[in-house]
Amino acid sequence: MESTITTQDLTKEIISNLSFEDTAPYSAYRKKALDAFHKTGLPDKKNEEYRFTPITAVLEKKINWNLENSESKISSITPFLINELDAYVIVLVNGKFSKEFSKLNQVEPGIKIKTLGEAWSTEKNLVEKHIDQLINCNNDPFASLNSALWQEGIFIHVDEAIKIKKSVLILHINDASASQIISHTKALVIIEREAELSLIEKSSSTGEENIFHTFSEELVIQENALLNYVKIQHDEGNLYQVATSAIRQSDNSKLNTFTLTLNGKLIRNNFNIVIDGENCESHFYGLYLLNGNTLADNHTVVDHTRPNSYSNELYKGVMDENSKAIFNGKIYVRPHAQKTNAFQSNRNILLTDTATINTKPQLEIWADDVKCSHGCTTGQLDEEALFYLRSRGISQATAKAMLLYAFAAETLEPIRDEVLKTYLDNLISERLHKNF
Amino acid sequence: MLTIKNLQAKIGEKPILNGIDLQVNAGEVHAIMGPNGSGKSTLASVLAGREEYEVTDGEIMYLGKNLLAFEPEERAGEGIFLAFQYPVEIPGVSTVNFMKTALNKVREYRGEPTLDAVAFLQLMKEKMKLVEIDQSLLSRSLNEGFSGGEKKRNEIFQMAMLQPKLAILDETDSGLDIDALRIVANGVNKLRTKYNATIVVTHYQRLLDYIVPDFVHVLYKGRIVKSGGKELAKELEAKGYDWIKNEVTVA
Repeated sequence: MESTITTQDLTKEIISNLSFEDTAPYSAYRKKALDAFHKTGLPDKKNEEYRFTPITAVLEKKINWNLENSESKISSITPFLINELDAYVIVLVNGKFSKEFSKLNQVEPGIKIKTLGEAWSTEKNLVEKHIDQLINCNNDPFASLNSALWQEGIFIHVDEAIKIKKSVLILHINDASASQIISHTKALVIIEREAELSLIEKSSSTGEENIFHTFSEELVIQENALLNYVKIQHDEGNLYQVATSAIRQSDNSKLNTFTLTLNGKLIRNNFNIVIDGENCESHFYGLYLLNGNTLADNHTVVDHTRPNSYSNELYKGVMDENSKAIFNGKIYVRPHAQKTNAFQSNRNILLTDTATINTKPQLEIWADDVKCSHGCTTGQLDEEALFYLRSRGISQATAKAMLLYAFAAETLEPIRDEVLKTYLDNLISERLHKNF
Repeated sequence: MLTIKNLQAKIGEKPILNGIDLQVNAGEVHAIMGPNGSGKSTLASVLAGREEYEVTDGEIMYLGKNLLAFEPEERAGEGIFLAFQYPVEIPGVSTVNFMKTALNKVREYRGEPTLDAVAFLQLMKEKMKLVEIDQSLLSRSLNEGFSGGEKKRNEIFQMAMLQPKLAILDETDSGLDIDALRIVANGVNKLRTKYNATIVVTHYQRLLDYIVPDFVHVLYKGRIVKSGGKELAKELEAKGYDWIKNEVTVA
């Protein structure tokens, strides 16, 4: 694919502003990723994967690549935390690990949480075995950009047969109150056999200036292990974000995911799951409740490579005002993945004439003995249901909120932690003006 | 209680009600009968405030107020209740939460104190007995997966909870077997007082064996063409609607 002049220029401009510490053990990985980025370049209009998300044009207009990030002046992270949630907290402020704000004292035995840089010396073999494996740098320009430029990384490792009681919360804070912020952060999470982890990743930002944030994460779930994974995108700032999550499941592993997108100027989520084991179970849920001019793009891939596994994907959206959502869901069932059960559904409600959704479910099946379904719906609120509620004395606004809430809350189904569920429920209720 | 004068209504460009006159007083039960397409359900819908119908002429006075000026939710507050012919299934909204929200909104409207969880559950248990509805049904999503009979019982349960002054039962007998019909009718009868009124919209006489009307009106082509006592319903059952149609044509 040929880049346009602008795209090439921008790609060059980004690259020319780089400086690598050549001595770092990972500089070889950075250079490899950079080469890949150089080849693909930023996506232009002809790039099918970014067809409805004009991110290159937006970055060109909004981001100055010559500016240094400013230091954040935030004095407390309390507003960004999840109330009452007992969690180990890893805080990244403007792309840098904050020891001050992180809460990693008295971490229970069996889990290691450290910066990726540190892990690269203490756990070199493990890191080099997994890093940049699930993330395909040749495929997505932002994945390669992130792998080339990451400023900070997080490494989480759970030992065999250890069930971690507390959740782990990765908090990304981008503070653009003094100047524009560009941050690239990364995580590598390895859950060994029979281990269990609940991971929450929350993106929060403040300030008036623009923010460009890429976050890439690789999660390896070994045999019989369990991962509960929640991503919360609730940004007040002018955030342009590309978040990439790549997960690999081994035999008999279980995965529950939920992605909630509420704010941001432009949010692109690439969420790829490779079900590379038998008898795996994946519940893959998402909810986007958008307003203003927010654009949120969820690109998901569920790739069944082995037989006898089950995946169920449900993404729902409510678009208000001028917001725009994109959903692209791919399911692959490879030739060896017989007896696969794979389901996908994307349902949308548009509240205004100016809100839009582009949805594209894609199913590619090479195996012949499988059960698969996919579908998408787009509509308005059910007028008949609205009248039914109103005829019982419920005001139009409340009836509308009740129906939207009922529509949205179904996606919370995979959440097991009650504190987290209540927190998410409140975010949804607040957004939908549910006050009854 | 309710005075309808020369009511005319249309949906899209199609006129459906062509001048209805009706007087309903407190304590009375009125049956509205008529062949399919005569405008029975439209009349019920216009009374409840369904927005697809446009009232083109006439007036509806209810307890001295212009009913047509009220939103559907205000009508519920004013004491109007429509039992739907086809109650809507609403996944994700639990019947109990819905009922609590509705009841407290209506009580707020009427200037009555709202009920806390304990008082609400107590009232609910009491009203559940009235329509022989099971608790397990109420913890489910509103009408979702309910049988025809369960949906109609749920309508009467809601009516019992909201204590309307004027209840309109739209084809409540449709889709009911004889046992369900009796349970639903018993519920309605227990709710009758000299202070409230009921309009029963029905195609068949069967329901009127259980809910005995004081007046029967026959609707045809958007007009009430004949009114009488409960014996009129029997006559219709025996002769069908054709003699009414003929009578109208001759006149």
